Amino acid sequence: METDTGRIREKIEKISRGKDIAIMHLCGTHEDTVSKYNLRSLLPENIRLIAGPGCPVCIIPDTDLQKVFHLIESRDIILATFGDMARVPFQDRSLFYYRSRGKDVRIVYSVFDAVEIASKTERDVVFFGIGFETTMPSIAVAIRDSPENFYVYSAHRYFIPAIEAIIKGDMRIDAFINPGHVSTIVGVKAYERYEKYRIPMAIAGFEPQDVMLAIYILLKALKDGKSGIFNEYTRAVRYEGNVLAQKVIDDVFESSDGEWRGFGIIPETGVKIKDEFQEKDAEKAFEDVFSDFQPVEDKRKKHCRCGEVLKGLITPEECSLYMKACTPRNPVGPCMVSFEGTCSIWAKYGIM
Amino acid sequence: MCLAIPAEVVELEWPFATVNMKGARKRVRVDLIENINVGDYVLVHVGIAIQKVSKKEVEEIESLWRQILEE
Ligand code: SF4
Repeated sequence: METDTGRIREKIEKISRGKDIAIMHLCGTHEDTVSKYNLRSLLPENIRLIAGPGCPVCIIPDTDLQKVFHLIESRDIILATFGDMARVPFQDRSLFYYRSRGKDVRIVYSVFDAVEIASKTERDVVFFGIGFETTMPSIAVAIRDSPENFYVYSAHRYFIPAIEAIIKGDMRIDAFINPGHVSTIVGVKAYERYEKYRIPMAIAGFEPQDVMLAIYILLKALKDGKSGIFNEYTRAVRYEGNVLAQKVIDDVFESSDGEWRGFGIIPETGVKIKDEFQEKDAEKAFEDVFSDFQPVEDKRKKHCRCGEVLKGLITPEECSLYMKACTPRNPVGPCMVSFEGTCSIWAKYGIM
Repeated sequence: MCLAIPAEVVELEWPFATVNMKGARKRVRVDLIENINVGDYVLVHVGIAIQKVSKKEVEEIESLWRQILEE
C-alpha cells in the first residue's frame, strides 16, 4: 500500500506539472480522511485541495438555532437532536446549556430514537432535524410513521442545488470531489445539471485510496480537456441512486429558499415539510411561539470566520481565534463543534 | 453527519433488521432497501440502511487502483 501511494503520488505530480489547480471536496467526512492521513502532504504544491461546505451542522445559520432555543424557552417539550447540534453555541448558550438548566434535551443517535421517546410519553417531542440528502430519508420515514406528539423542526438543506452557488461563487474551482453518501441517495444522475459548466466531478469513497484516486481521475480529466461526472465509489453509488429514498424525500418535503452560514440564501436548498404533513411541522404546530420571534446577532461570533472556512476562502489557522479563544472544548463557531467541521478536524489532528 | 458504515444483515423483521456493524449488533430500519436478505451488506446511516453494498464491489477499489497504477 505504501509503495502504491508513492506511485500514485508520482503519477499525480507528472500529470499536473506546471498547472495551478484548485480541487474542492464537498463533504466533511472527506476532510476527515484528508487530514487524518495527511493527504495534502502527498500532493505537489501546485494542487490545492480545498474543503467546501460539506458540514450540515456548520452551515445552519444562527436563526434556526435561536428559533429552537426560543421554542424550548417557551414550551415544556422534549427536544431531541444529534449530539453535534446540541453543542453549537449561540450567545454562550447551547442546547446542553439548556439541559443543565433543567430543560428536557435528549441526544439521540437517530431520529427513530426520538420517535421511540414520543411513543412512550404523552409530552410533545420535537426533533431538531439537520442534515443533507443522506439524512433526509430517515427523517421523512419518521414523519410518515410516528405518533401524534412527534414533530420535526426541519433545518435540513438540499445539498445538490447548493453546488450551483459554489460554482458561481467568489472562487475559481477547477474540479470537485462530490460527497459519497449524499451521492448514494441522489445518484450520479443528480449532477448532470452541472455538466454545462464543464467542471469535472468525481464521486469518491472515504478511504485514503478513494480520495487519491478521485484526485488522479480529476487531474487526468483536466489534462485531457474532459469534464463529466466520474464515479469512483461504485461500491455504494449507482447511477439512479436510491430511488425509494428519493421518493420518500419527495413525498414529505419540498424545496424553498434556504439560508446557509457564509453563503446567505441559496435557492432550492431549504427543506420544508409539505402541507400534507403540516401537523408534524414544529414551525406550524407551535406557530404562536414563533410569532414574536426576533433574530439577534451573536456578538461573540463577531470574529468567527466559519462562513469563510465553509466557502473555502480561508483555512482554520487563518482565523485569529483558532486554538486560542476557540478550541474544541470551548468552541466559538460551529466549524469547531461538528466532527465534520474543518476547524474541529484540523484541531483534532493538530494542524496549525 | 453523512458518515455511513457497512454492516451485515443477520436478522430481518421488516421494516427493521438486526445488523452486525463491526462486531456490534444494532437494530436499524431497512424500508428503503429493495429485495433485502439475511447475509446482505448494507450501508447504515443514523439508524437506517441507505444502500446495499455487495462484497464483490468492496474489492473494486483494489482493482481500480491497480488499473490506474498500470496505465
Ligand atoms: S476557529 Fe473557531 S472562531 Fe475561528 S472560524 Fe473556526 S469556528 Fe470560527
